[in-house]
Amino acid sequence: MGKREFINGNNAVAYGVKLARAEIVAAYPITPQTKIVEQISEFISNGEMNAEFIKVESEHTAMSACYAASCTGARTFTATSSQGLLYMFEMMQFTSGQRRPVVMANVNRAISPPWTIWLDHQDSISTRDAGWIQIYVESAQEALDTTIQCFKVAENKEVLTPVMICLDAFVLSHTEELVDIPEQAEIDRFLPPFEPDYKVDVNRPLTIAAGTAPNLYMEFRFTQQQGMLKAINLWKKADEEFGRLVGRSYGGVVENYKCSDADVILVTMGSLSSTAKDVVDSLREQGTRAGLAKLRLYRPFPEKEIFDALKSAKAIGVVDRSLSFGFEGSVFSDVKAALYNNNCCIPGVNFIVGLGGRDVTADDLKKMYDKLQYIQKNGKAEQTVEFIGLRWSE
Amino acid sequence: MIKLQDITEEELLYGSLACAGCGGIIALRMALKVLGKNTVLVLPAGCLMATCGFFPQMAVNVPLVSTAFPSTPSTVSGLVAGLKVKGKEDITVLGVAGDGGTADIGLQALSGSVERGENFVYICYDNEAYMNTGGQRSSETPYGAWTTTTPVGRNKMWEDKPKKDLLRILAAHNIPYAARTSISHPREYMDSVRKAKETKGPAVIHVLAPCPSGWGTDTSKTVELARLAVETGIWEMAEYENGKYKVTKIIKNRKPVKEYIKAQGRYRHLPDEEIEKMQKQVDEYWKAMS
Ligand SMILES: Cc1ncc(C[n+]2csc(CCOP(=O)(O)OP(=O)(O)O)c2C)c(N)n1
Ligand code: SF4
Ligand SMILES: [Mg+2]
Repeated sequence: MGKREFINGNNAVAYGVKLARAEIVAAYPITPQTKIVEQISEFISNGEMNAEFIKVESEHTAMSACYAASCTGARTFTATSSQGLLYMFEMMQFTSGQRRPVVMANVNRAISPPWTIWLDHQDSISTRDAGWIQIYVESAQEALDTTIQCFKVAENKEVLTPVMICLDAFVLSHTEELVDIPEQAEIDRFLPPFEPDYKVDVNRPLTIAAGTAPNLYMEFRFTQQQGMLKAINLWKKADEEFGRLVGRSYGGVVENYKCSDADVILVTMGSLSSTAKDVVDSLREQGTRAGLAKLRLYRPFPEKEIFDALKSAKAIGVVDRSLSFGFEGSVFSDVKAALYNNNCCIPGVNFIVGLGGRDVTADDLKKMYDKLQYIQKNGKAEQTVEFIGLRWSE
Repeated sequence: MIKLQDITEEELLYGSLACAGCGGIIALRMALKVLGKNTVLVLPAGCLMATCGFFPQMAVNVPLVSTAFPSTPSTVSGLVAGLKVKGKEDITVLGVAGDGGTADIGLQALSGSVERGENFVYICYDNEAYMNTGGQRSSETPYGAWTTTTPVGRNKMWEDKPKKDLLRILAAHNIPYAARTSISHPREYMDSVRKAKETKGPAVIHVLAPCPSGWGTDTSKTVELARLAVETGIWEMAEYENGKYKVTKIIKNRKPVKEYIKAQGRYRHLPDEEIEKMQKQVDEYWKAMS
């Protein structure tokens, strides 16, 4: 057993990075992420962590430097939020397209304008198709443990894909909780050193990120897709192994909270899941068979696992903290696609919540479950996309 | 001084798709001859990546890390740090980018890498436009030149700004070593590369590298033209070292600017009074420098 400390989600990620023995960190400050890299700087300055910190002049440079450092075979980390993530977008694709297992923490913050620093998921969801694995966490403890799992899965030779760990602004990044910090030896047993087969080597000159003609490009994309898809099972295995060695695991890629016999199920990502679990418990006390599917892994999308969690429900609701303008929340679209692919059609509704940091209360969640019970009775939703907590009615 | 018998032949192989008479490929070839095999090269979008970095015609025989258009200096930064933690600080990290990739879209990143004092060699091959995308103007396109975004129709829209002064921008960073040189002077150029390699910290070389396709010149005239740019005083050979700006080639009897201008299709439209104006500017510059 390691030690227990009162720390926030940002500190927890920094501890994860230290325990993972990251060798290169290149990052640029942005609220609410900054504390992660400040904490890492302190670890390096105290001699607790042996890494090079590149104090870059922008996020575009941060991600370029991470891409290049990873090409030398160094274990590499960065962190950002919102505008910073958007500024990295071009280089995120170099990292993923070149199969460099960089790990990045994105503290989810809404996008401006209107200027804001508060929570929603629009930033990471906007980069959904950049070829990065995305995982969302619920607590500071999960943030620490998952940061370490990120390196394990990213560096697996069958995956070789960068991973973004997403944690909610303020609710997680700035809220302190009691966190178990594992022993270095426990983590060393879980996470071996990073040894890529293809790296910068003057004795074996390779062209990295070469150009291709149309006769080869698709094959690169196809193998990238294969690597991503393998990450689903490998993440489940990594979570189990972490559980065996460190004593904590998180239900793999979808946490099934009382779904097995549930009539009404909500799907959530991130910190909201905690409130939703409480609501499920109190509804169950009143006799309502409610459940919660907490989606940890968002890309690759765990189609089968989400179907398994939802298949026996009579009505489902998907809670999105972002919006694909002109349609609906992206998680809702994906969940529906997963059900369709499994020949399953359950009536459902999409709840758009908490944009730009608007609070989502237990009461709001309770109303969502009420709505699902109503749909259960009527067999279909009246309105498939609903904004929750809007100041005026739609 | 570099001795010709000491330099290698292996680092840039046959198979590059560069146009005949490409000044950029000459700059890359000469640099790799000096730096040798213990080098990692970074190339962004631009003519050299397009002509040396596409499968199966990958012509570079040192590790090549290709990167996005704005990212040469930042990719260099990541390699320098990565090689350091891997205990391979003896390897030279070389970034080579065009004038667009350096003076325009990559300037912020270059400023960052130079300011942080990282140990690398960077070469900007200047063909005075975005050649890989068909020859649009850059901030290094000289006054009076035709490009595809400064076309010369009835409105005489030729380039109306002088070149951005990259060497003085670098000098303002108090960079340990920077040079402005030309492929027409291989000994001087290669010696700059050697000095850059020996410099502890950032070293940047700005090298004139004519592009026959974009300049409207004969493929056999590339080196001659670059030489003429120096001999007319249009292209000043200079260095910034130990905090001092130094002209490295004083031309005693400068040739008329007109000779250089008239040799190129991209200036075909220029009326004589414009060429006289350019001559006056060159004369004034050198007077101020003496
Ligand atoms: C972000 C971005 N914007 C634009 C481009 C398109 N582009 C590719 S190369 C290039 C011009 C390169 O000019 P320069 O750096 O001078 O090199 P040259 O082609 O002249 O060798 C442009 C505009 C790109 N690849 N990436
Ligand atoms: S267009 Fe110009 S710079 Fe590009 S390869 Fe041809 S000659 Fe070289
Ligand atoms: Mg150019």
